[in-house]
Amino acid sequence: MASTMKYLGGAGIALISLATAGVALAAHGAPDDPFPATYHPAASAPLAIVGATVLTGTGAEIPDATLLIADGKIEAVGTKLPVPEGYALVDGRGKWVTPGIIDAHSHLGVNPSPATPSHEDSNEAVSPNTAEVWAEHSVWPQDPKFRLARAGGVTSLMILPGSANLFGGRSVTLKNVPSVTTQGMKFPGAPYGLKIACGENPKRVYGGKGRSPATRMGNVAGYRKAWIDAADYVRRQDKWEAGGKTGDPPKRDLQLETLAGVLRGEILVQNHCYRADEMAVMVDVAREFGFKIRTFHHANEAFKIAPLLAKEDICVATWANSWGAKMESLDGIEENAPMIDAAGGCAIIHSDDGLLIQRLNQEAGIAMTAANHAGLSVSRGEAIKWITANPAKAMGIADKVGTLEPGKMADVVLWSANPFSVYALADRVWVDGVIQWDRSDPRYQKPSDFILGQPGQEFVR
Amino acid sequence: MIRALAVAFAFACAVPAAAQTVAITGGRIVTMGPAGEIERGTVLIRNGRIVAVGADVPVPPGAKIIDATGKIVTPGLVAAGTALGLIEVRSVETTDDRATDADDLSAAFDAGYGLNPDSLLIPVARLGGITRAITTPTYKDRSDRELLFAGQAAAVTLDGSAMLMKRGVAMVLDMGDAGAERAGGARAAELVALRALFAEVRDYKMRRAAYDRGQTRDYTLSRADMDALIPVVEGRVPLLVSVNRAADIRDALALAREERLKLIIESAGEGWRVADEIAAAGVPVLLTPVENTPASFEMLGATLTNAARLAGVGVTIAIGGNGNHREREMRYNAGNAAANGLGWQAALAAITINPARIFGLADRIGSLEAGKEGDVVIWDGDPLDTLTRPTSVFIRGIAQPMTSRATELRDRYLPAVLPSANGEMP
Repeated sequence: MASTMKYLGGAGIALISLATAGVALAAHGAPDDPFPATYHPAASAPLAIVGATVLTGTGAEIPDATLLIADGKIEAVGTKLPVPEGYALVDGRGKWVTPGIIDAHSHLGVNPSPATPSHEDSNEAVSPNTAEVWAEHSVWPQDPKFRLARAGGVTSLMILPGSANLFGGRSVTLKNVPSVTTQGMKFPGAPYGLKIACGENPKRVYGGKGRSPATRMGNVAGYRKAWIDAADYVRRQDKWEAGGKTGDPPKRDLQLETLAGVLRGEILVQNHCYRADEMAVMVDVAREFGFKIRTFHHANEAFKIAPLLAKEDICVATWANSWGAKMESLDGIEENAPMIDAAGGCAIIHSDDGLLIQRLNQEAGIAMTAANHAGLSVSRGEAIKWITANPAKAMGIADKVGTLEPGKMADVVLWSANPFSVYALADRVWVDGVIQWDRSDPRYQKPSDFILGQPGQEFVR
Repeated sequence: MIRALAVAFAFACAVPAAAQTVAITGGRIVTMGPAGEIERGTVLIRNGRIVAVGADVPVPPGAKIIDATGKIVTPGLVAAGTALGLIEVRSVETTDDRATDADDLSAAFDAGYGLNPDSLLIPVARLGGITRAITTPTYKDRSDRELLFAGQAAAVTLDGSAMLMKRGVAMVLDMGDAGAERAGGARAAELVALRALFAEVRDYKMRRAAYDRGQTRDYTLSRADMDALIPVVEGRVPLLVSVNRAADIRDALALAREERLKLIIESAGEGWRVADEIAAAGVPVLLTPVENTPASFEMLGATLTNAARLAGVGVTIAIGGNGNHREREMRYNAGNAAANGLGWQAALAAITINPARIFGLADRIGSLEAGKEGDVVIWDGDPLDTLTRPTSVFIRGIAQPMTSRATELRDRYLPAVLPSANGEMP
């Protein structure tokens, strides 16, 4: 913890020097945000959704509520709120409102549809450490699945590199808005993540090539070796800065820059890891090198160490239904996320899939129902956090989205029914107060360029 | 001796359970048969068979009464197009018996052999209300071997007993992208090869004695493969063709028409675009209605409305799950089809009576009718909804355990997360 604080302190100093120098250089010689977000929400008229049951993402369920949206932000939510003049009224009676759904694990754009070798851009599977690659440089914004996810209420999503490598590269967090460029989807101010993979995938991919890692112990040796190099890189950078930046700066290294970002607390660790014992080892590796793991992904066995993960404040992003494809996923259970929740941890239902991302609300419903059947007591107000507030936390954007608290970005879904039900459809979806999906209005259903002129497009989904 | 005793003991235990009379009373019964829905009724099962279903069925003395008041009672679900019994862990080859890459074995490969009733997947599926399945072979491709047919599907029972219910219920074939790839890289190559193969099978059928004497021309397929294809060319065993592109579906329909084959279409991503033609041909469709992404160039027209469009013009549809470990999702898939335009009854039919009909099993399963086998599920709500769970599952009149390895794992670790726990790990 102490070392993490130190690195954060270092970042602060660098920011001050940046301001005084007036140069587009951020911490430690790296350019400040070389691929900046160009997403700017359009201006939107103020809006009042009246009469719906609102799940706020903070745990509350408010029947017959009024939600006020102004300037692209949540203004107020509650019962019997007066609607100010000039607000467009949306009749929410009989319907439900939630924060925009957030998927903490997606490969949209990097594994687009149609799946062709020319589109497969998620795994730089040529070396076990490719921390230097950035998922945003693989994202194809014309992946038709972005619209399908929008129709499923998804307003923000983290695109991760695949899990072939120990260090797969940087993730990118996107707003789910139509855009020709990836920069036009980038979530302004969202931190980067680093994809790390445990277990079967890296050892299979590289063991199969006759090189390390070929075992789980090889995996862990690979992580530790990389963190030693990263710590050394940080020391050299810090030394140069402490010495008044005299002489040549240490040469930039893209791979180490990303790892150093983790050690400085600026980049969040997103760790694909299924087995409880491996997660416990990764917690120790993180402690050895003084960084935090933000989220374990897939984590089918997280329920076995729920108290540990709650204590370490590590989120768990998992499914209700997926299990058994590999030995490391054999112990998957429907109640995994609710058991993390019950232990006081940060539970997330994620997709990792282009079909499931359209129905994260249903997957959360399955987990909630299974948990209540097993004797846990999970309210809808709590369960909605698994696909809103908690993924926002895992992605480092909880101050901006994930709940309907005043001041947050107005990412909102109006559902036709109880959102955990198989019958719930997203009637409308707003991102930053701007309508981006309307089930009954073709103006807000526009498909990607790829879909134009293709056969069989009479139906919106 | 010990073994003989054990067998005798098992037999002694099994018989009374099967012989028991069970009365499921008070529930809303959705029969999927001619009786339709019964608002509040009784299903009576004796010796593993349904003997009566109705609002005024007297419960005989001694019957085990299962109170289903306030609940919904349906037939057991029939999972079409799974590999239940043939697979355990996908990445562990020794547990995967779905396919073969042996030389000279394609159509003759029979999913009715090698079934594992102890599979961990079965209780998980059963907890989703699934009582029977059509276990279907898949392909195991090898670059040096051209293989058109995956083999024969089998109907199976999911009560943990010897699984086989009926062998050879369909012959499995990929067309479209995958079929073209296997046939040499072009759709036309497969269509030509199939016609040639069917001609050879018909020729072989006429000359089996000559074949035994070595007095026929050389055939492409092995004897076993040709024997397996005889009932297919005779139109007795359906050809289960996985195909998606609208034009490919038309090609499959034409092939079946010209060759006088009985056809079942599987997947049918663009089926809605040729729904009238499918309906006119009387061909049923198995589909996973949530597959709405343009995942390949043969799926560009995929849509969530596919199931509703097909059923709307009279195509008999069956809805499948999301594959083996995720087979339990078949009811949610049906629910999603219902949320996107398919009628609720039609959606339930697509996971019960329709798959039974499509695979020639409707005389035994698929609906709650006197004379059928006692596969019954009691639900605490709408069986198609994510908010609902089954409370009881009966197969051939026997209450199935409502546990799986997953629930055992859950129960082992649940105490550590309950409010009374102090964070101790077990």
